[in-house]
Amino acid sequence: MSATTTPQVGSATRPAGPLRETSRRTWRQRHGRKTLIWGWRIGLLVVLLVVWQALSGPVLDPQFVSSPNGIATRLGDWVADGTLWSNTWITVQEIVLGFLVGALSGAALAYLIASVRVVWDILDPFLMALYAIPKVALAPLFIVWFGIGTDMKVLLAAVTVFFLVFLNTAAGVHEVDRALVDAVRLMNGTRRDIAFKVVLPASMTGLLTGLRVSIPYALIGAVIGELVASNRGLGYLISDSSAKFDTDGVFATLVVLSVIAAVLNAIVNLLGKRANRWKPLDAEA
Amino acid sequence: MSAAVIEVQGLSKHFRKDDEELIALRGVDLTVEQGSFLVLLGRSGCGKSTLLNLLAGLTPPTSGQITYGGKPMRGPNTQVGYLTQHDTLMPWRDVARNVQMPRELRGESKKERAAVAAELIKLVGLDGFERHYPRELSGGMRRRASLARMLCADPETLLLDEPFGALDAQLRTELQGELLRLWSGSGRTVVFVTHDIEEALILADRVVVLGPVGTILLDQSVDLPRPRDPDDIRVDPHFVELHRRLSAALKEGAR
Repeated sequence: MSATTTPQVGSATRPAGPLRETSRRTWRQRHGRKTLIWGWRIGLLVVLLVVWQALSGPVLDPQFVSSPNGIATRLGDWVADGTLWSNTWITVQEIVLGFLVGALSGAALAYLIASVRVVWDILDPFLMALYAIPKVALAPLFIVWFGIGTDMKVLLAAVTVFFLVFLNTAAGVHEVDRALVDAVRLMNGTRRDIAFKVVLPASMTGLLTGLRVSIPYALIGAVIGELVASNRGLGYLISDSSAKFDTDGVFATLVVLSVIAAVLNAIVNLLGKRANRWKPLDAEA
Repeated sequence: MSAAVIEVQGLSKHFRKDDEELIALRGVDLTVEQGSFLVLLGRSGCGKSTLLNLLAGLTPPTSGQITYGGKPMRGPNTQVGYLTQHDTLMPWRDVARNVQMPRELRGESKKERAAVAAELIKLVGLDGFERHYPRELSGGMRRRASLARMLCADPETLLLDEPFGALDAQLRTELQGELLRLWSGSGRTVVFVTHDIEEALILADRVVVLGPVGTILLDQSVDLPRPRDPDDIRVDPHFVELHRRLSAALKEGAR
């Protein structure tokens, strides 16, 4: 028997934690997999572009499928005359603004409503009904309310983001472990302590999930708004190009949109990694 | 014996499920003396955990009353430290910040609480793991961290609900020893819940055997000399006799 017979002062025997050893890894072990994956990604992209370029013309009508070369030329022209930058800037502004408005209001309302179970239970069916409305169907209404300026696109993006952030955050709030709340109550914690030191950090995963899944929807909302009615932005570029039967233009805009989406996703992933260091290992992946 | 710190009178707790009432406790009377080590022994489902939740003030009783230090209890009892069966460490805080938490909520300065926490972390043998998150620790280490957090609040009374139930036998023995070391001479009162007769006899001054709905089947004082070595004491005739008596009481309750 360790502790009672031999009087141990201070520290008890060290608990049997996992052993730690510094391991030397070769460059291959360290970077091998990453290199492999990126190598294949780039290879795949190149093959795709080459096949596309080769087929476009001899087999397929470039009027319909465009070609990598045509897209590159079009992007070059647009960069030269400033079309690309001015329209991209408009759309990015709408995405960011819409995302911020939707995310802030969604998170704030989720904490207010989901924290009080009764209020949540009362409002739940209404919220679900609103959530189920295809947001595109709101576009005509928003045009009537806010005109065809940027406000309409910002709000269309914001509405979609709002619901995704709101519902995910609310789920996070509801899943807070009751035992953790009780632990803080026994430490003489106030309601404020419980809100800020238990509910807020515990629901962070839900909030982040909401933010992550809603980013592409901010883009979708903004572009749909522009497609429905506008004279500026990337959505406008698509509808304008397609009206002129300019497939190169349409594809060039799609390339720009996917680049924007990739950049936004990278930002959110960075955010999630930072805030979720404490998550169970298997939940990361 | 010294004065009673917890007095329980006619305590009942019902839970409502649809139109049915589940009776967890009925008419429990219990007194816990200041500075004593009381073990509540019972099979699963006899209301042990419910009783501890009530003693901690986390749920109100359906009827009856609990006085703590002479005053009737209302709301969470902040004089007690409560170690539950499952870990309640905040997963987003590392060990050091978890252990500091009780003092952080009291508004103690960072420097002060960090010093106390560092000492306690050392006491439970977790030094070197301050910056680790709970998920990075083994079950035994999480228990130690919980123990340190509980002690950080400097509670007068410790409520422990099968705290070592999920640990392997060696670790369990080790932590039992540590608990006794922390308790002896501290003047703290301990209420310890378990379903393990041996654990009860190694730890307790007094064992109360609970039957269904919290009926007290046996109230046995344990006068085995301390320190009790778990390997030697098993063959002590008095230990064997007490073991038989507690075991019989538990069987009685099952009928």
